[in-house]
Amino acid sequence: MIRPAAVWFVAAALAGPGIAAGGQERHIALGDLKSGIAFSSRDIRAMQEDDFSNPAMLWVEKGAKLWAAGARSCASCHGEAEKSMRGVATRYPAIDRGSGRLLSLGDRIMQCRSERQGAPALRHESDELLSLTALVAHQSRGMPIGVSIEGPARPHFEAGREFFFRRIGQVDIACTHCHDANWGKTLFAETISQGHPNAFPIYRTEWQTAGSIERRLRACLSGIRAEMLPYGAPEYRDLELYLAWRAQGLPIETPGVRR
Amino acid sequence: MKRLQRRGFLACLASVIALPAAWSTGARAQQLRPLEPILGALTKGVPVRTGRVTLDLPQLADNGNAVLLKVSVESPMSATDHVKSIHLFSNRNPVAEMANFYLGPRAGRAQIVTRVRLAGSQTVTALAVLSDGTFWMDSAPIVVTLSSCMDES
Amino acid sequence: MAVRIQVVPPRPKRGEIVEIRVLIQHNMETGYRTDMVGGVIPRNCINVFSCRYNGAEVFRADLSPGISANPLLQFHTVAEASGELEFSWMDDRGKQDSERARIAVSE
Repeated sequence: MIRPAAVWFVAAALAGPGIAAGGQERHIALGDLKSGIAFSSRDIRAMQEDDFSNPAMLWVEKGAKLWAAGARSCASCHGEAEKSMRGVATRYPAIDRGSGRLLSLGDRIMQCRSERQGAPALRHESDELLSLTALVAHQSRGMPIGVSIEGPARPHFEAGREFFFRRIGQVDIACTHCHDANWGKTLFAETISQGHPNAFPIYRTEWQTAGSIERRLRACLSGIRAEMLPYGAPEYRDLELYLAWRAQGLPIETPGVRR
Repeated sequence: MKRLQRRGFLACLASVIALPAAWSTGARAQQLRPLEPILGALTKGVPVRTGRVTLDLPQLADNGNAVLLKVSVESPMSATDHVKSIHLFSNRNPVAEMANFYLGPRAGRAQIVTRVRLAGSQTVTALAVLSDGTFWMDSAPIVVTLSSCMDES
Repeated sequence: MAVRIQVVPPRPKRGEIVEIRVLIQHNMETGYRTDMVGGVIPRNCINVFSCRYNGAEVFRADLSPGISANPLLQFHTVAEASGELEFSWMDDRGKQDSERARIAVSE
């Protein structure tokens, strides 16, 4: 005979504490946050730690050239990126006061290029956008992530959280099942990370190139045989906001190297 | 009668279990190429010695796209005694000759570091050609694991 | 394309062996990948790389798809006179590129 207490325990375990309560419980306590690099192999760690040979630094370097290029360059308003962009990446995704939209750091750069620099629009996942995003985020290296989920950001945070806990794809699992419930365990030859956004853009050896968090989320979706939403989809921004909240306090590592 | 039937059945079972093992050895042997003919094009029959060359490769790579490789050759690198070239070979990649590095006395040290692509678990071989006409080599086996999740991003 | 060059140590003495590190942004397309509709993406790798020190070649390499994307090359040379290191390379499409770095050698 099953005891009533056991029934409650099993039901709670299956439901997942975060969804039922609807509050802001953290499955991973702030003190237990670990960057993806902690779950990476020694060789990946060595690639990331050596600033010279970290392939992602090629994009940061290219970003520095793009920053200064043209008549209405980024530098013409913002001066030296090392000074003006310090801390900026820690606050993204953020609500754009003008449009009310939730913008990722890449979106903000695209907006500046088109609206304030009068330059041709940067395409999603283009080399130029990755380079500029890597340059800007790199200026926050070592600084803790600290996004706002208040006011107009709140519905985006909640949408992102709902996505994180929603079962999707042919494999029919949610982000939480790997990254909250099974981080640190191995999936075939890989160790599951906690799924934090603190190192993007990254050089992923699987891609043999640098890529954004959007690309990494698309890779996850394809991995669980779910439909990959197109680049620019609002779902990615909402999810990125939730992930940034979930990683609050974790230092930015851009440009990261991952497998 | 019953005992014969069971023996026959067991013999059948044994051969069924053994056969796939033989198949897989054969299949693996076909995937990994013998390097002698490729090295022979360089050495032209001069025997290749082991020693003096150290090929550093991790034993396990969780991705075959960017594996750090270091090859060093003990040599005074003088005008009369130096490494002329170092050649890297794969016994599994579609392209067997991975790279050739040309050195000389001005190098000072015969050591190369690079990152290589490895199309699966295999043995990588480094061949050094010395100024005295001798050939030296080292090989390193490596296991390359594949991704757990398909990435079609 | 971005290129990174590092000379270690950065200010060598004459006769000291230096390590030269080069990282080149190039996707080293293998010729074995297919695109979204099944067409083969043609091979385009850096196939030759050389380093000249004050005009004299001190290092050369033949590369292949077996070398990773965004190739890293580290090799050595003996620091002689101060001057210029010139790196040049060419890929399968015939695109040539080069980069220069100063080398400052103390006596």
